[in-house]
Amino acid sequence: MKQELTCINCPMGCALTVEIENGEVLSVTGNTCPRGDIYARKEVTAPTRIVTSSVPVKGSPYTRMVSVKTEKDIPKGKIFDCIEALKGVELNSPVHIGDVVVTDAAGTGVNIIATKEA
Amino acid sequence: MKKEIVIIGGGPAGLAAAVSAYDAGVRDILILERDETAGGILNQCIHNGFGLHTFKEELTGPEYAARYLKMAQEREIEISLNTMVLDISPEKTVTAVSPERGLFTLEAEAVILAMGCRERPRGALAIPGSRPAGVYTAGSAQRLVNIEGVLPGREVVILGSGDIGLIMARRMTLEGAHVKCVAELMPYSGGLKRNIVQCLDDFNIPLLLSHTVTAIHGKERVEGITLAEVGPDRMPVKGTEEYIPCDTLLLSVGLLPENELSKSAGVALSPVTGGPVVDETLETNIEGVYACGNVLHVHDLVDNVSAEAAKAGLSAAAYVQGKKTEKGDSFRINCGRGVRYTVPSTVYRDEKENVTIRLRVDNVYKNASLNVYFGEEKISGCKKNIFTPGEMETLILLPKQWQGREGDLTIALEDNA
Amino acid sequence: MFDAVIIGGGISGSAVARELSRYQGHFALLEKENDIGEGTTKANSAIIHAGFDAAEGTLMAKMNVRGNLLTEKLAKDLSFPFKRIGALVVCHEGDDREGLQKLLDRGIANGVEGLRIVEREELKELEPNIADDVVCALYAPTSGIVCPFLMNIALAENAVANGVEVHLQEKVEKIEKTAEGYRLTTSKGVIETRAVINAAGLYADTLHNMVSEHKEEIIARRGEYYLFDKDMGSQARHTIFSLPTKMGKGILITPTVHGNLIAGPTAEDIPDKEDTETTPEGLGKVRKDLSRNITGINTRSIITTFAGLRAHRPQHEFLLGEPEDAPFFFDCLGIESPGLSAAPAVGEYIASLVAEKLQLTKKEDFIETREAIPDPKEMTPEEYNELIRREPAYGNIICRCERVSEGEILAAIHSPIPALTTDAVKRRVRAGMGRCQSGFCLPKVLEILHREFPEKPLSDFCKSGQGSAYILGTVKEELA
Repeated sequence: MKQELTCINCPMGCALTVEIENGEVLSVTGNTCPRGDIYARKEVTAPTRIVTSSVPVKGSPYTRMVSVKTEKDIPKGKIFDCIEALKGVELNSPVHIGDVVVTDAAGTGVNIIATKEA
Repeated sequence: MKKEIVIIGGGPAGLAAAVSAYDAGVRDILILERDETAGGILNQCIHNGFGLHTFKEELTGPEYAARYLKMAQEREIEISLNTMVLDISPEKTVTAVSPERGLFTLEAEAVILAMGCRERPRGALAIPGSRPAGVYTAGSAQRLVNIEGVLPGREVVILGSGDIGLIMARRMTLEGAHVKCVAELMPYSGGLKRNIVQCLDDFNIPLLLSHTVTAIHGKERVEGITLAEVGPDRMPVKGTEEYIPCDTLLLSVGLLPENELSKSAGVALSPVTGGPVVDETLETNIEGVYACGNVLHVHDLVDNVSAEAAKAGLSAAAYVQGKKTEKGDSFRINCGRGVRYTVPSTVYRDEKENVTIRLRVDNVYKNASLNVYFGEEKISGCKKNIFTPGEMETLILLPKQWQGREGDLTIALEDNA
Repeated sequence: MFDAVIIGGGISGSAVARELSRYQGHFALLEKENDIGEGTTKANSAIIHAGFDAAEGTLMAKMNVRGNLLTEKLAKDLSFPFKRIGALVVCHEGDDREGLQKLLDRGIANGVEGLRIVEREELKELEPNIADDVVCALYAPTSGIVCPFLMNIALAENAVANGVEVHLQEKVEKIEKTAEGYRLTTSKGVIETRAVINAAGLYADTLHNMVSEHKEEIIARRGEYYLFDKDMGSQARHTIFSLPTKMGKGILITPTVHGNLIAGPTAEDIPDKEDTETTPEGLGKVRKDLSRNITGINTRSIITTFAGLRAHRPQHEFLLGEPEDAPFFFDCLGIESPGLSAAPAVGEYIASLVAEKLQLTKKEDFIETREAIPDPKEMTPEEYNELIRREPAYGNIICRCERVSEGEILAAIHSPIPALTTDAVKRRVRAGMGRCQSGFCLPKVLEILHREFPEKPLSDFCKSGQGSAYILGTVKEELA
C-alpha cells in the first residue's frame, strides 16, 4: 500500500510517498533530506498531535475562557474525542497554568491542562 | 512625570524589551498597555508552536506570554494596563489615557515602540458585493472563539492562507463549524507547511491556490461568496466563478504594522515594511526612539520578536545610561535581487557587536543562495533548498566583515549552479 | 390619534419631525429599520451643496440654497459636524469653458452667493494637489461637508426632546383614508392619524400610490464609493467636481468632516431597491477617475467601499406637499441629490404646510438645541480629565483607530434613540469606522452591548438589520 504525505519540516513541503506492507514501512521516497524520512515513518505508523482549545471559567477577574492543551501528543485519530471530552467542562477561578482540566482524556492516557492563569 | 524608558505596548515585544533593559541596569521603566492584560495577541493564540528557540520547548501563546510576564513581574517592572497612548511627540513626550490615571503625560528619555500590527480589513481589498455581518478578519474571529467562547460562524470560507487563516480553519472546525475551503490568491501559501498539514489536511479542508473571492452576497448576514481562479496577473479569470453558500467569510490577507503613533513622533517609515526605518541598534530616525516586534516589521515567529525586542531594550538602556557613543559614518544595506526588505537598513561602521539582519524574500526560490556583498566582493553566503516569502530569514554580520571595507552592503538571492 | 405621523426616519423625515415639533400636537415618526438613517441617508457624498447644479426655479434649487443657508445654524444648535470648505468644479484643458460659465450663471440665478471662476494660479493656491491639466474652476465657497449620520440623529433626537415619538422596526404596510384622516396598518399594529408625511425614500412611491391616483415612480439609482484612510484626508481641501462632459458627470472627491477622503459616486439605475452591493465595474469606474483631478491619491489607503441608493424620480424634481386627491397626506418624494442639503428647508417647508392644514399653534417651550455625546478629542486636557474623574469609562479607549472611549459608546447605547446595533453605535460615535474597520473593537462593542442588555443573548446583537447577528452560537455546542 502506498500513502502520500506532505513533509512539514521545512517550507519545501516535499511530497513524500511511503510504501507500507502489514504496518511495516518498506520505503520513503520524495524526501530531499533525512528529516523527511523520519517524519514519514512516524506519520504513517503513529501520527500524533497536540490538541488545544478553551473552556469557560467562573469567577475569574481576568477572563471568561481558559485556554487548555493536551499535556503531550495524542493519537491523531483522537483529536475530536479530546475536544468532546471538554464539552460541558467549566472551571472555577483560580486556575493556574498546568492545572489538570481533564484526566486521561478520551482514554489516551494524556491529561488536558490549563495554559492560562484565570 | 519623567521616565527613563517608556515602552508602548505590553505584548511579547514590549515585555522582552523591558526585561532586557532592566537586566542592562535600567530601573525606571514603564510599559503602557492598552488592553486589560499584558501579553498582547499571544493571549488569543492558544495553539502550540511557540518558544522552540527561546525556551527550547513547545508552548502555547498564553504560556509563552506568561513566561515573559513572570520575568517582568519578578523584576517589578511597572505595567500600566487599560492605558491608551494618544500621542508621542518628537521630543518624546508621551500622552496617554486610562480610566484610573486619566489623561497624563510622560517625559521619556527613551521610547520603545512595540505596538504590534493590525489585520488588513475587507475594505483594503475592495471585494465587491454587499456588506453583511459575517465577514471577519481571522484575528477577530480568533478572539471571539478563544477569548469570548462564541462561534461567529457555522459554514465558513477563509480567504488567505497565512498562518492565522490556517490556524483558524482548525479552531473553527474543532469548535463545531464547517470550513468549506481556504482560498489563496498566490500560487503558494504563505503559511507554514506544518499548519497546512495539521490545520487543513488533518480535517480534509481544501486549499485552493490561485483563487480569490470576487463577491460577497447576502443583505443582513453573509449567504455566500463567489470564488474565482486568478491568472498569473492575479486577476480573476472570467468563466471560473463559482458560488459557494456560506454564512461566514474569514480574511487572513495580511498584517500591517500599526505606526500611527510613530508618525506623530516624526518617525520615518519604510514603504515596504510599513514599519520604522532603523539602524542596527533598532533606533529610528528620532534619537532615543527604538522599535521592535510587529510594529517594526511583521514576524512569523514570536521567538524572533523576543530576540529583536531584547536588542531594542539593550539599545535603549545604553542610550539612557549615556553609554552610546556619538554615531559616525554608516553603511546601507541594499536589497538586491529577490530581497524585499532588510531590518536594519543601515549599520554604523564603528559598531563593535555582531549585527543580526532579518529579511524577507519576494517570491519562492528553490535551490538558491542568499549572498552578501560589499561592492563586488562577496563576504558571505547561505545556501538553502528553498526560500519563501512566508519565512523570515536571519543573517549574522560580524564586525570583521565590514571593518576596513568601503561602500555599502548588498544582499541578493542567487541561483545555485 | 396622532396629529401627524411621519413615515421614514431618514434625513427628510427627521428634519420634518424636528420642525413639526415646534408645534403643539401629538406626532410620531415610524422607521422600519433598527435605527434611523439606514437608507439613502447613510450612504452618500455627505455634501451640503451650494446650489448651482439644479435648474433655476425648481424646488430642488430653492430647497438646496435655502437648506445650505439653514445648515450652519442648525449644526450649531444641534451639535453636528458641518464645515463650509467650499467646492470646485474643475475644467481641464480642452474642456468646454462655456459649461463652467453656464453653471456660474445658473448658480447666480439660484441665489448662490460668492460664486466665481478661478484661474490656474489661484486654483493651485486653493488646492495644491490639483491635477496639472486643470486650467480653471468654478469656486463655490458656500459648499460644505457634513456628517449625514449625526445630522440625521441630531434632528431626530431634537424631535424626541420636543415630544415626537420615534418608533423603530415599525413598517407601514397599508394606508387607508378615514373620516378623521388616515389609518396606517403597520408591522406592529394600527395607527390613526390626522395627517401623514411620506418621507419613505426609495419606497415613497409605494406609499404615495396607496392614497393617490396620480401615480409616482421611484427608481433606485446606485452610487458606489471608496473611503480612504485619514492619511489621505488632506489630499483635497475642497469638494472637487468635474465639469460634466459628453463622457458623463465624473466622480467627486471630497474630504469628510472626520478627516477621511471619499471618492464616488457612480450612477446606475437598478431594479432592486435593496441592492446596495458594490460591483467590480462600479468600483473600477471610480478607481479609474481617482487621479483625474487630484494627484497623490494612494489606493493603498482605501479602507472601505460602499454603495448607496438614491431615490430617483424620473422627473428629477422633488415632489413636496399634498396630492390633489389625497388631502392631509404630504409627500417628500424624489428626494435625491441635493436631498441632504435641502433637508433643513424641506423640513421647514413641509412642517409649515402641515401646521397650516392642521391649524397647529407653536409651542412656547420648544427646545432649540441638542447636546452631542461628549467627544474627548474636542476637549482640553483639563476638561477631559474632569470628565474621566466623573465617568472613568471615558478614559477607556475601545476603538483605537478612531479613539472612541467606552463612555462614548455607553452614551450612544443610552441615547434618546438608543443604539442597539453595532452600526448604530458606529454612526453615533465612530467606533469601528476607522482604518481597521472594527477588527479590534467589534468584540468589545458586542461585549458592552451585551453587558448593558444582559437579558439578551450575545447572538441577538446585530450589525444593522434583523438577521444580521454576528454570533451564531457558543463553542462546542454543535459537537455530537
